[in-house]
Amino acid sequence: MAKTTYYVPIGPIHPALKEPIRVEAEVEGEKIVKVDVKRGFAHRGIEYMGMKRNAIQTLYLSERICGICSISHPYAFVIGSEKALGIEAPHRAQYIRPIIAELERIHSHILWLGVIAHEIGFDSLLFWTWKGREKVLDVLELITGNRINYSMYMIGGVRRDLKESHIKALRDMITYYWEFTEHMKEVFLSDPVYKARTRGVAQVPKDMALKLNLVGPTARAAGLRMDIRQDIPFDAYADIDVKAVVPQDIVGEARGDAYDVTMVRIYEIEQSLDIIEYCIDNLPEGRILAIPNYIALLNKIKKTEGEGIGAYEAPRGEVIHYFRYDGTRDGPSVWKVVAPSYNNINSWGYCLLGAEVADIPVVVAYIDPCMCCNDRVAVVKDSTGKMLDYSYIHKRAIEKTRMLEKELGVRR
Amino acid sequence: MTPETIFYAVGMPLIGVFLGLVYKGIDRRVSARMTSRIGPPIRQPFWDVGKLLLKETVVPANAVKWIFNAMPVLALASSMTLLLYIPFGIIKAPLEGYGDLVVILYLLTLQALAMAIGGFASGSPFSSVGAQREMVLMMSYEMPFAIVITGFALIYKSFSLSTIASTPVWTIVGPLGGLGVFLLLIAFLWVTPAELAKLPFDIAEAETEIAEGMLAEYSGRNLALFYLSDAVRGFAMIAIEVVLFIPFTLSYLFGLNLSGPVLYIAEGLWFLFKVLLFYISAVTLVRTSFARFRIEQASRLFWVYVNIIALLGLLLIWVEVM
Repeated sequence: MAKTTYYVPIGPIHPALKEPIRVEAEVEGEKIVKVDVKRGFAHRGIEYMGMKRNAIQTLYLSERICGICSISHPYAFVIGSEKALGIEAPHRAQYIRPIIAELERIHSHILWLGVIAHEIGFDSLLFWTWKGREKVLDVLELITGNRINYSMYMIGGVRRDLKESHIKALRDMITYYWEFTEHMKEVFLSDPVYKARTRGVAQVPKDMALKLNLVGPTARAAGLRMDIRQDIPFDAYADIDVKAVVPQDIVGEARGDAYDVTMVRIYEIEQSLDIIEYCIDNLPEGRILAIPNYIALLNKIKKTEGEGIGAYEAPRGEVIHYFRYDGTRDGPSVWKVVAPSYNNINSWGYCLLGAEVADIPVVVAYIDPCMCCNDRVAVVKDSTGKMLDYSYIHKRAIEKTRMLEKELGVRR
Repeated sequence: MTPETIFYAVGMPLIGVFLGLVYKGIDRRVSARMTSRIGPPIRQPFWDVGKLLLKETVVPANAVKWIFNAMPVLALASSMTLLLYIPFGIIKAPLEGYGDLVVILYLLTLQALAMAIGGFASGSPFSSVGAQREMVLMMSYEMPFAIVITGFALIYKSFSLSTIASTPVWTIVGPLGGLGVFLLLIAFLWVTPAELAKLPFDIAEAETEIAEGMLAEYSGRNLALFYLSDAVRGFAMIAIEVVLFIPFTLSYLFGLNLSGPVLYIAEGLWFLFKVLLFYISAVTLVRTSFARFRIEQASRLFWVYVNIIALLGLLLIWVEVM
């Protein structure tokens, strides 16, 4: 009897996906024999919007690229901008920035741990981790005023200073999370069912991870020692000797599966706690902004001609922002964002081929995908393969509206 | 048609649906409390059913329409029939003379089968994958279940549930047989979540993997019927376990000398309390503390480990009975 295959369409809307992307899988029983990943459902044209605004407005816009990395994009933005403008943030700001960034890494990693637990049907663990995550969100709210989208960074410094009460809250939080990560290691890394569901799933060997251009915890889990904070140190990270967390340092070998990613993320939370502790212990006194007057800053941008690249290790991997200021207006004339999910989604095709249907959510979630981060260009083609441009789509839209109006008998 | 028959035909489904939904509500509430949430009110399943009954029933274009619509009815009917075989404490089962544990085994299977066939008939790829999984899972857990029933038949020399309910099993077996029955209980506890399609064995309905699987295309009245049959089956399955493993009555345990309606009410409430305890420990606790297995992991678990436990229990019982 010939084997029959099913066609299982996953997405653009699917319970395993929180954002739109399409995975077309051909399934033979439970095994996936053919897979195709299609992206481009969440294009928002955010770079185009950024190039029409001034640099400070664009900074806040960059925060809206991703809902969870809401400090990673502004961080890469300010680093890139400062390089292009040739200004340096004051010492105190250089120590406050990593604190906020590492707080965000903690909340992002705990969020991911809850998500992966949900994907394998372990909802109690999801509730438990997200309850633990509240503590870091509370601290972020105390320091910046917001739980998400903190509006904390400014070109040449930070907007808010750290007070004594903030430092006390940070120290409390650090004690809390040292205990919490111990529990998490127990629950995630020693649980036999979790192990059974993630060991060997989404496995990417080291050479394949290099070929697929993986970044962030996904690459580190495969054994690649790469971390922007270690390779291109900036701000306070240059004073702290940040080492990439790789599984071979923890358990002696790196297999690069979902279990190793979990391990890397839990140990990175501990690393973040160390970094925060170092920063608040060695917090220098002084100003927090290089150019406190925003009008002066915008004037300086208007006169500057230059380009810069800002790179930052976001919780998911490296974020890179490229800028060019051409000295004619007070915003970037070119702004290009590269988000980590764009590289990491490459691993899906490799991991899904030969996997089971039950592994799809784990494979999808293990890179912590962020669709709105990586949809940069939308190319629309008609059935003959001809590329459709803006004016054509606009014309078609008007025709469709007229047709609908006629059909419904509505006239304007 | 005697008035008694009419009472059973009308009364039992109503009682079954009511109890099933109440237990479902308690289960949701307890589970929520265990995961530091507040949870819905206990009457929430009633609202759910009410709302589903008001919604439109959509039949997919490429579904086999009559099978698609018939399966929810079949599922509910089979779980309702199941109720008629279960003695509530000292209240006798209405159909006690007309069947035995083997019929119960088949009726429990029928419900899962109805869902699988409904899934296949709906023509959706998610439902097909879900139905395939359900069939595989059914093949895995029916064997330990059958072994448990065989063990009881060995002890009592009868398949009749009312005979089993009349004397607690623990009083008529020796130490070796007692260990055997205990092993059967462990095997049965593993089978329970699989039979009721609860975590860790809700593989056929896995929300994050195949979008509720067999139920993906069901809506409105059809989904309400499946929801009801699921609730009734949950109650019935646990009630069977209570009858098999902890049939101790109040008068047996405490030597109470009650009579008349007081006796029936007290024993009935005691039975419901036992079911509640078993429900929380066998379903709620398990489903809050496990992740979902993959289908081949679940199959291996049943075929190797649970089967070995059950067979060992059967062997111990056989040694004692011989």
